[in-house]
Amino acid sequence: MNANHDDALIRIRGLSTVLNGKTIFNGVDLDIPRGRITAIMGPSGTGKTTLMRHITGQLAPDAGEVIVDGKNVWTLGRDALFDLREKIGYLFQNSALLTDFSVFENIAFPLRQHLRLPEELLRNIVLTKLQAVGLRGAADLMPSELSGGMMRRVALARAIVRDPMLIIYDEPFVGLDPIALNQILKLIRTLNETLGVTSILVAHELAAVSRVADHIHLLAAGKIAAYGTPEELSRGETPWTRQFFSGEADGPVPFHYPAPDYAQQLGLAGGEA
Amino acid sequence: MSVAARALSPLTAGLAQIGACGIFLLQTLRALPRSLRYLRETVRQVFFVGAMSLVIIMTCGLFVGMVLGLQLYHTLSIFGGTAALGTVVALSLYRELGPVVTALLFAGRAGTSITAEIGLMRATDQLDAMEMMAVDPMAYVVAPRFLAGIIAMPLLACTFNALGILGAHLVGVAWLGLDNGTFWSNMTANVDVWDDVINGVWKSTAFGAVCTLIATFQGYTTPPTSEGVAYATTRTVVFSSIATLAIDFVMTAFLM
Repeated sequence: MNANHDDALIRIRGLSTVLNGKTIFNGVDLDIPRGRITAIMGPSGTGKTTLMRHITGQLAPDAGEVIVDGKNVWTLGRDALFDLREKIGYLFQNSALLTDFSVFENIAFPLRQHLRLPEELLRNIVLTKLQAVGLRGAADLMPSELSGGMMRRVALARAIVRDPMLIIYDEPFVGLDPIALNQILKLIRTLNETLGVTSILVAHELAAVSRVADHIHLLAAGKIAAYGTPEELSRGETPWTRQFFSGEADGPVPFHYPAPDYAQQLGLAGGEA
Repeated sequence: MSVAARALSPLTAGLAQIGACGIFLLQTLRALPRSLRYLRETVRQVFFVGAMSLVIIMTCGLFVGMVLGLQLYHTLSIFGGTAALGTVVALSLYRELGPVVTALLFAGRAGTSITAEIGLMRATDQLDAMEMMAVDPMAYVVAPRFLAGIIAMPLLACTFNALGILGAHLVGVAWLGLDNGTFWSNMTANVDVWDDVINGVWKSTAFGAVCTLIATFQGYTTPPTSEGVAYATTRTVVFSSIATLAIDFVMTAFLM
């Protein structure tokens, strides 16, 4: 399944994870090609965010290896891991802005921590990134004064401020209005095309993802259930893709959380009545 | 077997907590050299846990001193020893009450806010975000607060002592009519800088380390829920108080 891309930025082999007694991954093999936009999709709770945490060295898998840019993430020391993370931009699901700092200082934070830039240059970089997400006017606001969608855009600006080689977008479209959504999609595309950034997109929104992603990995039941371009997957040739792309309740992915028999629980069945 | 295991489970859980706290202390100490980069953050925290605690420390110090003055005056007058009031007040404040009460107040005022702040940072992924920006939260968040506690606590205890002596002076001299010169000269003659004053400073330095260690540990390891942060804040006060009093006994036994 990985024959068609030879230059993978991320190689995952035999990844297995058990969290709180629940098997999240059961031998996942996955390649993320360099310079492309790869989407990771799947039903809620299949561990898409957990997978990102394995890739960035935040959470140790139980087995398997994660190679990012030629380095095995789980054998790196702290300094080497931090060096690697400096080249990764990560957009958190809930933005995770530093609440003590203004929007401007939030975006300036990674620059101030790692580089000694003249204030003038730093200001220009931050304002450029803010302009890209349409929030240059909000530079002096505090995170508590922003709406959820605005926070997400600030977090996006922060994730790209150091021009990383890899950007991980964890649910970037949640809470965005159609205008912002369109601009963010364009921005993801532009970053990818002009800077050759590798992007990983974790999302549910099929329509949005299909517009930007080069490849989609469909994650379900601890495995890669399907892999291909958006067009290939939307043809729905396997039960997984058919169910996921048409949004049906019936199929290999159960819509219902495991539960006892419905009628029995309501006291309607069992023959005693 | 399982009954015994269940009966012992609170004990083992407690031991596990203490062990985890010990590891957290080692991580904090290891992060200290790296946190020197964030000197401004440390200064900010000294202001936050130190200067911002001044009002409560000074008010309580004054009242504790006034109560001490009143109680000891009556006790000492039984033996006709009211002249020793200044000495007795100063010794009890410097050696015991100053460091201990300051630490208890510190746990309530600064410890809780450290726990809640770090706990909410945990709950809103801010600590993870720092990690992902290659900034170590142990060096940027925990170590500066730890240092600030160690710096601020002895200073607060000294302020507490000064206000306490002032309070006792108000009661003993201005109200109950003790001679001003007797009050001060007896005190200066019988209080030793090294044995009493510095002794107390050592104690409060240790309390500063322990209280901020507990506060940062509870905040850092809190479950990321509102209930988790609430419990962690409570635990900070409870554990800090117990630790302060227990360590006080041990240190008194050794420093006596």
